[in-house]
Amino acid sequence: MATPLKRVRGLGSARSGTETFWRQRVTAVANIPLVIFLILAIVSHIGADYGTIRAFIARPLVALAFLALIISAAIHMRIGLKEIIEDYVHGEGAKVLAILFATLFAAGVGLASVVAILKSSLGS
Amino acid sequence: MGNGKLAADRPLSPHLSIYRPMLTMLMSIAHRITGVGNAVGFLLLAWWLVAIAAGPGQYAVVSSFFASIPGRALLFLFSWSLIHHMLGGIRHLIWDTGHGLDKVSIEIFALATIIGSTVLTILIWVAGYALRGGS
Repeated sequence: MATPLKRVRGLGSARSGTETFWRQRVTAVANIPLVIFLILAIVSHIGADYGTIRAFIARPLVALAFLALIISAAIHMRIGLKEIIEDYVHGEGAKVLAILFATLFAAGVGLASVVAILKSSLGS
Repeated sequence: MGNGKLAADRPLSPHLSIYRPMLTMLMSIAHRITGVGNAVGFLLLAWWLVAIAAGPGQYAVVSSFFASIPGRALLFLFSWSLIHHMLGGIRHLIWDTGHGLDKVSIEIFALATIIGSTVLTILIWVAGYALRGGS
């Protein structure tokens, strides 16, 4: 006899259970203090000269906060964009392409930011 | 459709166009729009970070763009979008615990998200400019 237990043990049709749901929540909670940091960092540095901003990014705690934000936001963003695409793009080919684009966008923009932060804080 | 009893009896998914617009529904849409807006902002943030890493010349280009009127407007919208999505997200986290799902609470949450995000965004910018001493 098939009971819902079978599906729970198999982690559902996607075989990943509530992993995506939970990951979205974990990154959401992480994003709260990190986004507050980002807004304060940006608003307090509008029009700042190059030396000031470069020294600011190079501070270890500031670099850490930016790196954490970028990684958490990229994961959260990729989940959200995929969810929206799955709801509104119905053609199979267009849907796969759109999700692929969202994934590459999150990874590409995220990695470019990470390299930039590392260069500003560790490089010359 | 409607060929066969099985198809006819199955519940149909609710559709946007047959509902009268409601505040809670608009908030759900706004949460998605601000999410996409934040993705665009993520690109702006990357541009800013890459320019800082690249050197004074690149930074001057980005800096002058963000200091211009369209640049400032874009930053203001981005910060509003971030705060709106954050407050809307906190609303979702509260719902995840099973609380605040009654009709009165969801209306209060909706209004709190709209008013709270607008007031907070304006306050942050006023404070930011005041700390910098204008301009």
